[in-house]
Amino acid sequence: MTTTEPQTAPDETPDSAEAGNWTVGLRNKFFGTYPPEKLLPGRQPAYLSSWIYVFGVLTIAALVFIIISGLVLSFEGPSWYHTSSVGLFTNSVHFWSVQLFFVFMVVHLWGKFWMAAWRGHRALTWMTGVVAFLMSIGTAFTGYLVQTNFDSQWISFEAKDGLNAVGIGAWFNVTNLGQTLLIHVCLLPLVLGVIVVGHILLVRKHGIVPPIDVEVPAPAADPTDPATTEVKS
Amino acid sequence: MSRHPDADVVSRPWTGKTRRYDIVKEGVIAILVVGVLALALSALFSSPDDPVLTFQGWAKSAPANFYTTTVQELAGTSESAGYGPPYNTASDGLTAGPLNMQKLMGVRIPVDTAQDFVITPLQTQQQPAAVSAAVTAWNAATPDQQSAWATALDDALTAADGDPSKVPNGNYGPVPTLAAGLLAMGQSGAYDGIFMAQSPQAPGGPGFYNLDYTKQILFLGDGSYLDDAATAANLQGNTWGMMNETGSYPGQAWLWLYSFWYQISPFNNEESAPFGSNADAWIFYLMMILSLALLLVPFIPGLRSIPKWIPIHRLVWRDYYRSQHAGAKE
Repeated sequence: MTTTEPQTAPDETPDSAEAGNWTVGLRNKFFGTYPPEKLLPGRQPAYLSSWIYVFGVLTIAALVFIIISGLVLSFEGPSWYHTSSVGLFTNSVHFWSVQLFFVFMVVHLWGKFWMAAWRGHRALTWMTGVVAFLMSIGTAFTGYLVQTNFDSQWISFEAKDGLNAVGIGAWFNVTNLGQTLLIHVCLLPLVLGVIVVGHILLVRKHGIVPPIDVEVPAPAADPTDPATTEVKS
Repeated sequence: MSRHPDADVVSRPWTGKTRRYDIVKEGVIAILVVGVLALALSALFSSPDDPVLTFQGWAKSAPANFYTTTVQELAGTSESAGYGPPYNTASDGLTAGPLNMQKLMGVRIPVDTAQDFVITPLQTQQQPAAVSAAVTAWNAATPDQQSAWATALDDALTAADGDPSKVPNGNYGPVPTLAAGLLAMGQSGAYDGIFMAQSPQAPGGPGFYNLDYTKQILFLGDGSYLDDAATAANLQGNTWGMMNETGSYPGQAWLWLYSFWYQISPFNNEESAPFGSNADAWIFYLMMILSLALLLVPFIPGLRSIPKWIPIHRLVWRDYYRSQHAGAKE
């Protein structure tokens, strides 16, 4: 008779049996860092009480509409919106979503600056946010280049000088529609998407930054615990 | 209950008061609100889409400029002909101090303005006998002879304020016929089709697929047609054009800081060395440094303390500070 029970060698404990298992290691690392209550918490610190906190999620919401309208535009091709009313409306949704995206993102960025949101090992969260901001500027710029209208003719003519002046133009040719189109719809959204997901995971990992000069109710007194000792600012 | 200020608490899981918070509901509401906003703005204002400029439009509306620019391409005096890397070696390009990345990267997108913009398109189409003869004469001449003919006509056009009808007779060789032939092609619309369909695989011959418009944009920009249209649309760099859009639409407002440097001295004077004449390079590097500073704010002493010195955070966390104040009074 056969058995389906997992078998371990006589000299193996369950832990030692999984040592060196990359899959188990990755699983333990991820779910150790992000238990469900941390990924999708039902409660937040009481100091999270301001409209400024809304702009991060508004930025992501605008990004959702940019991606959806961009996917529709990419299926129909870069010239579709010149001749189709549905295409023009889709292009308009893409255009206005980008405008909203930047308004929300800039307010979010300024909010985080004035909150000094990089405190408490959150520097990487700030940096991924800044990289996302800079990548967004590049993605929007390539979007303006692939409009295939007068504006894109002028922007590519002007922008080439700045990029050529520092040697980038030799590799990223803004007058090459094929290159800029692929970068706009493929490379930059992919990289931006990865950075945004990383940014959100970092926010969930470290939590929302507490107020400057925060005071918290002292935990059970433990003079040896550095968390209960006063730290000079 | 005792309270204590604790800078270290910012790096630990929060142990103070909490409140109910529904992230998923917040996200769904945000998507609905932004969706309504985006759809409403689209329905109300649509989006900009000014038609492209064409070579036919240029040749018809400004024939003298089209003719003169063609001569400049043959003489090697147009902006593109003298650009330098990545298109040619006519100049070294822009520098920022000792740094010349433009030259260092070399000629990766070779452009021969006389051949690519003028001679090849003329050869691609059956031409009147005089134009065919002019092309043959041009091809048979030495580079020095070609340059002498084209430069003589270019100088004569400059003296005549760009009006071909006022140019006196001279030793211009086949250049006037070549320029007139290209102008005729431009006005008929044939030039748009032939120039756009050049083969990337076999330069000089007709092609099929072409997604690279480098040569077309360069030639279009060498004349006044594109520049005049941009001026009329308020898109010039010295009037914040980088962040403007055609019509009354918002443009790339997020480029305001990049655009700002082009409005002020010494960058706004192209004649002033070393900054004005190399403004494109200096401003790009300046923006890279500022972007790096923004990225590294958490590590830059002074900069990272600004939020503490200017207490805007008191507005963000006013409920928290109020409750702390009330708690301290108890």
